[in-house]
Amino acid sequence: MIGAIIIGLTRFLVGGTGIWLGCAPSARQRIYFANHSSHLDTIILWAAMPPDLRRRVRPVAAADYWGEGRMQRYIALKVLNAVLVDRHARGSNPLEPLEDALSAGDSLIFFPEGTRGLDRLPDKFKGGLYHLAREFPDVELVPVYLDNLRRALPKGSLIPVPISCVARFGCPITLGEETKPLFLERARAAVESLA
Amino acid sequence: MIQLPTIERMMLWLYAGVLGLLSFASLVGFVLARRVTSDSGRDTVRNLNARIKAWWVMVLVFALAFVVGKPVTLVLFALISFYCLREFLSITPTHPRDHAAIAAAFYIFIPLQYWLLWIQWQAMLTILIPVYAFLLLPVLQVLWGVTDDFLERAAKIQWGLMLAVFCVSHAPALLLLDLGPHKPIYLLFFLITVVQLSDVLQYTVGKVFGRTKIAPHVSPSKTVEGFVGGGLLAVLVGTGLWWITPFSPLQAAGMAAAIVLAGFFGGLVLSAVKRSLGAKDWGVMIEGHGGALDRMDSVTFAAPIFYHLVNYFFAY
Repeated sequence: MIGAIIIGLTRFLVGGTGIWLGCAPSARQRIYFANHSSHLDTIILWAAMPPDLRRRVRPVAAADYWGEGRMQRYIALKVLNAVLVDRHARGSNPLEPLEDALSAGDSLIFFPEGTRGLDRLPDKFKGGLYHLAREFPDVELVPVYLDNLRRALPKGSLIPVPISCVARFGCPITLGEETKPLFLERARAAVESLA
Repeated sequence: MIQLPTIERMMLWLYAGVLGLLSFASLVGFVLARRVTSDSGRDTVRNLNARIKAWWVMVLVFALAFVVGKPVTLVLFALISFYCLREFLSITPTHPRDHAAIAAAFYIFIPLQYWLLWIQWQAMLTILIPVYAFLLLPVLQVLWGVTDDFLERAAKIQWGLMLAVFCVSHAPALLLLDLGPHKPIYLLFFLITVVQLSDVLQYTVGKVFGRTKIAPHVSPSKTVEGFVGGGLLAVLVGTGLWWITPFSPLQAAGMAAAIVLAGFFGGLVLSAVKRSLGAKDWGVMIEGHGGALDRMDSVTFAAPIFYHLVNYFFAY
């Protein structure tokens, strides 16, 4: 019910359709990794999935935003079925909830930049994607470019404006015999090539 | 008891005419689909049939709004403005820091403009966007301190607002005019029928007889033959509709000609804007047609011109 309202509002305001360029929607276990410029990113990527995939594709969301406040928490946990991570965790492994979800067979929506940027092209990726790729070699890594989100709800603004946004899905990549920085740069370029 | 809206006899005749026209178009589309043999021909016919199907939906929506009356008609045009502005700004590269100005355009100026129509504040609705939005939006932009392409960014938002909201709202603004014994809703019917038929006829005549391109770089599908033939046919239809308007047949012809000309240039200018942004269509909302703005481009230019002509010469 709430999910349907969110999808309806999203379609009315920002569209949020998915364009599958490099692969087809599939129930296969995947990590969708995308550029990050807006709080709407999570919702758009989720709304761009076919309805039957939405339950098993879980967005990774920052606990310091989506875990705060009852509404955000409710949407994150009950509607989006999100995996909350503590970005500023000290001592413990911040990737642990992600590894648990992947071990359980779920797919993830992941923003490797770690934080939202204002630019059109993604910033340098953090190491998380590399570690997940190494630990779960069978999971497909699908690059996604989210277009126009930085204008629909840029960092620092409160209300979304009606600008059509799309999610472009590219060809899956795999981790080869390469160093961490090389892999991360290749992954970033894969997202950039869809811009 | 709910009072069902009654439809006037004159409106019924007009609906019957539109229905007949659409049925004829669907029949032609059906026959063409069976007779076409070449691949490119098949694509053209498929697009034609998609367009006809979309026309059925659009006509139905408008017919309903006209019958229910002014509130629904205003809501319908407010939604059209909303979708047109959304399409315009979606492919126009603005800066993330223009967010406040864009929010004001959508959430303040669209409702305000249509609210002015609702309360019939005629003088204000013609200056709200050209004066107040024109001055307020760049203020909202400059406060962020980003000066890159400032003039361009301010112009983009103002153009979008002028076309999608100010110009489009001049079609329902016809409802505010006092025409004595004549009902203004029929003028709205006149405007939309002539503008849209002119588009359709120019396209059709151009496809069949078109040889000489008018503006090959701007809009390759527009031809001299299509413009002259289709335009004249639309003027003829407009003249034939004189009896629903306060115009004499000759005046109706003149008004229809003004609408056709303004509409033609509207299509041309918006095509150039689109091309400068590297797009072929404004959106994908209406199957076969493209976006809402692809269907409204000629209305944006024709509506204000027609509104002011009628207001100047025929309103009390």
